[in-house]
Amino acid sequence: MAISAASSDPTPLAPGAPRSGTTFLGLPTAPRGVGHLRGTQSFPDAARTALRDGQLRANLGRATTTIRGKRAAVVAEVPHWEQLRQAGKALKAATMARLDEHLEELERQVTARGGTVHWARDATEANRIVTGLVRATGSDEVVKVKSMATQEIGLNEALEAAGIEAIETDLAELIVQLGEDSPSHILVPAIHKNRSEIREIFSRTIPGVDPGLTDEPRQLAMAARTHLRERFLCARVAVSGANFAVAETGTLAVVESEGNGRMCLTLPQTLITVMGIEKVVPRWEDLGVFLQLLPRSSTGERMNPYTSLWAGVTPGDGPQDFHLVLLDNGRTAVLADEVGREALHCIRCSACLNVCPVYERAGGHAYGSVYPGPIGAVLSPQLTGVEDNASLPYASSLCGACYDVCPVAIDIPSILVHLRAEHVEAQTRPTAEAVAFRGLSRVMSNPRLWHLAQRAAGLGRFLARGRPTLPAALPPPASAWTRTRDLPTPPGRSFVQQWTEEHRS
Amino acid sequence: MSAREEVLGRIRTALGEHRPVVDVPPVPGPRSLAPAELLDLLAERVEDYRATVLRCAPDEVPASVVRGLDLALGEGWAPADVVVAPGVPAAWRPSGSPEDDGRPAVELAAFAATLTGVATAIAETGTLVLDGSPLSGRRALSLLPDVLVCVVEAAQVVPDVPDALGRLDPVAPLTMVSGPSATSDIELQRVEGVHGPRTLVVVLAG
Amino acid sequence: MRVALFATCLVDTMVPQVARATATLLERLGHEVVVPPTQACCGQMHVNTGYRREAVPIVANHVRAFTGAEAVVAPSGSCVASIHHQQAMVARRAGEHALADEAEALAARTYELSQFLVDVLGVVDVGAYYPHRVTYHPTCHSLRLLRVGDRPLQLLRAVRGLDLVELPGAESCCGFGGTFAVKNADTSTAMLTDKMANVLSTHAEVCTAGDSSCLMHIGGGLSRLRSGTRTVHLAEILASTEEHMSPTQTTAPAVPA
Repeated sequence: MAISAASSDPTPLAPGAPRSGTTFLGLPTAPRGVGHLRGTQSFPDAARTALRDGQLRANLGRATTTIRGKRAAVVAEVPHWEQLRQAGKALKAATMARLDEHLEELERQVTARGGTVHWARDATEANRIVTGLVRATGSDEVVKVKSMATQEIGLNEALEAAGIEAIETDLAELIVQLGEDSPSHILVPAIHKNRSEIREIFSRTIPGVDPGLTDEPRQLAMAARTHLRERFLCARVAVSGANFAVAETGTLAVVESEGNGRMCLTLPQTLITVMGIEKVVPRWEDLGVFLQLLPRSSTGERMNPYTSLWAGVTPGDGPQDFHLVLLDNGRTAVLADEVGREALHCIRCSACLNVCPVYERAGGHAYGSVYPGPIGAVLSPQLTGVEDNASLPYASSLCGACYDVCPVAIDIPSILVHLRAEHVEAQTRPTAEAVAFRGLSRVMSNPRLWHLAQRAAGLGRFLARGRPTLPAALPPPASAWTRTRDLPTPPGRSFVQQWTEEHRS
Repeated sequence: MSAREEVLGRIRTALGEHRPVVDVPPVPGPRSLAPAELLDLLAERVEDYRATVLRCAPDEVPASVVRGLDLALGEGWAPADVVVAPGVPAAWRPSGSPEDDGRPAVELAAFAATLTGVATAIAETGTLVLDGSPLSGRRALSLLPDVLVCVVEAAQVVPDVPDALGRLDPVAPLTMVSGPSATSDIELQRVEGVHGPRTLVVVLAG
Repeated sequence: MRVALFATCLVDTMVPQVARATATLLERLGHEVVVPPTQACCGQMHVNTGYRREAVPIVANHVRAFTGAEAVVAPSGSCVASIHHQQAMVARRAGEHALADEAEALAARTYELSQFLVDVLGVVDVGAYYPHRVTYHPTCHSLRLLRVGDRPLQLLRAVRGLDLVELPGAESCCGFGGTFAVKNADTSTAMLTDKMANVLSTHAEVCTAGDSSCLMHIGGGLSRLRSGTRTVHLAEILASTEEHMSPTQTTAPAVPA
């Protein structure tokens, strides 16, 4: 891929630029220069390149079509799906309203069961905590369960800088890691690769791989199994994320498919879990709602193959040293926005990516953040401050397909529109667009000016010289339309004018 | 100020003085099914994951376990290839199979198959739940050998996920198992068998 | 019933025949049509582009223009959705609570054309005649914000002479998205290409929908490719009868290219 959206290069900082922005309440956003929340190109520029990649388009089209069908089928068999969804939404909203109390309770319960809780203000602090914990074990490698939070903070790069090798064990993450690529999907980070490309990566990078390896998915999965088996059996430290954490019991949950998660959560002596603070749920019974919503929305299964739940440390079973790192990294800034905070309800199922017509064509790398697709377009700009990801709220046609499939009913289109306004209102100097829209607002709120403007638009028909469409070569911004679509020749008179004249009596 | 105090303080600032009050609407319960229908549903849903389901009367469990191992390992397996969770009733065990004696977890990888019971099973989703008890065994036991045989008794089957959570100890090490290990990471097509057991046999008694 | 027609800014300025057809249809069904002369825009383009403050005076003008209307009908799912979901919201955010209340009350009396016909007037067969092969694109805001469902299809199935063909991938967005079509022109065009491929696969003469904005996008692409398939608004099809076939109600271009 030409676009390395989540490249390891830190975003260059202008001299004197602040390390991180703040919101109007003074809450810091995710710092620059660490992690993978910012791309190097705007969405339209990155998409322009991606759209020309025929293989990418074909791979994404095939994969998203498959998963959409599976999801629709398993959702349709739950008669009370809509009520479950509304319950999920309300549970998340209720949790956010008392987030501080639930986190304190979670800390108490995890500690009481032999775990250690750490708090991280941002990516830099979380990376420092995890690196320190790994160093203390004396190990120079960790096995990792796929985790969005650790991708977000760039943990692998931080570990590498400290001389610690991080081994991704999820099949798709492994494909990305071996291919020196970056993830392009929340659930299936290698969705942009097809089976032949994966075969090629494995043949090239896995030592001792069967030279007769075919591109049959089962064979590819077996190659990964063989490659990782020994690493699992030797691993002393594992790093994971968490899908849920139950405050009242201190129970952590990891939802997965392959068993790599179970390997990491069970075999090593030390387990370090990095979790965004918004992942807490208050009560044990709340999992009953989310464990129904997540797998059906995510992989289109009634239930994913494996869900692991643990609280602190269990003598004789699994890691005996457990650390939980609670990560802010801009989440409290999101929480401060009464409209935008709904983005924190996300349970990372990726159903919105799979139905999004923009994602399906541009692919995940174009978003420049580990959170691509519709949810990424509302989450990334809020975590970084909207000016650091200003093109993302516009990377949507507002078709609403994402809102329809969201298992916790996040109104993504409304948040996109809200963030567009936040961006517009953050400009200190008037842009040409703002001047135009302000002028148009005056015109559209004054019938006399509006009728004059309509007459002026009607003059456009002289450009057409009697043809039904205007010339294709118009100046910007009209050219952005006419490069690929004809524009009808405007009529001489508007309908309202015609009607008013006919009915004047 | 510590990171803890700072993060908690930021949350309080973000939420302000007037925190929203949210009513959580009730969720309808599971569909009501007769006990026999519940078992039929569980069997159908487990098979959907390409696991093998062997149904039998309670007193036929030992024979079904042997048949399951025959199917999974091929006839000619030795009892020593099968490791058994310590709480599995003696009657269910293939005679001569060793019990998990708490040896280092990685050594369990040497066995070809594992036999366990379950804590509960969820019909709607075709899910078995293991809870780290002697009957279910520790987590590594149901993970490392390539074949997992689980015995489910009729009284352990519940309709849906919330019913199962109600029966479980939230602080026990729990594993929910829905079919053999699988991945959808290649073109979003499901392939069975990655790192966890590639073969799952469920003996459903009752 | 006395029906106030909201033409919408795009239809009024660019495709007046769509508003004309809406009026013709409603009058044929025995209703009185009024066209408030001070109407302009619902404000959607401003809100969706980020100019929600600037949208407030536009909303105020809209509310003033339609004060006292018993029922408002517009030939646009998108504009009606904006009236229902956005107008009061932006007014309230700007502290204009009285305006927000009025906008809410007006929204409750504002209908998209197919919803008005099927739900309020209770008609499915409007007596139309349109002897052409037609495919229907459900626009996103009709489909997902207004939930018009199969009402347009019910209306089309009752049209004499009309050969309705199903559109593959119908529920995918055409890529218009207001200013998205300009700000993300490449992605928008990629979406349009797939929509056009589906439209052309039906071999329909006409692609219809309930929104002139999406139709201008799809039609602009089809026209650029000289595909011969045209876009015609649902209102134009429903207004067409054996006795009343205006030049714009045929599928041939009005003016030779």
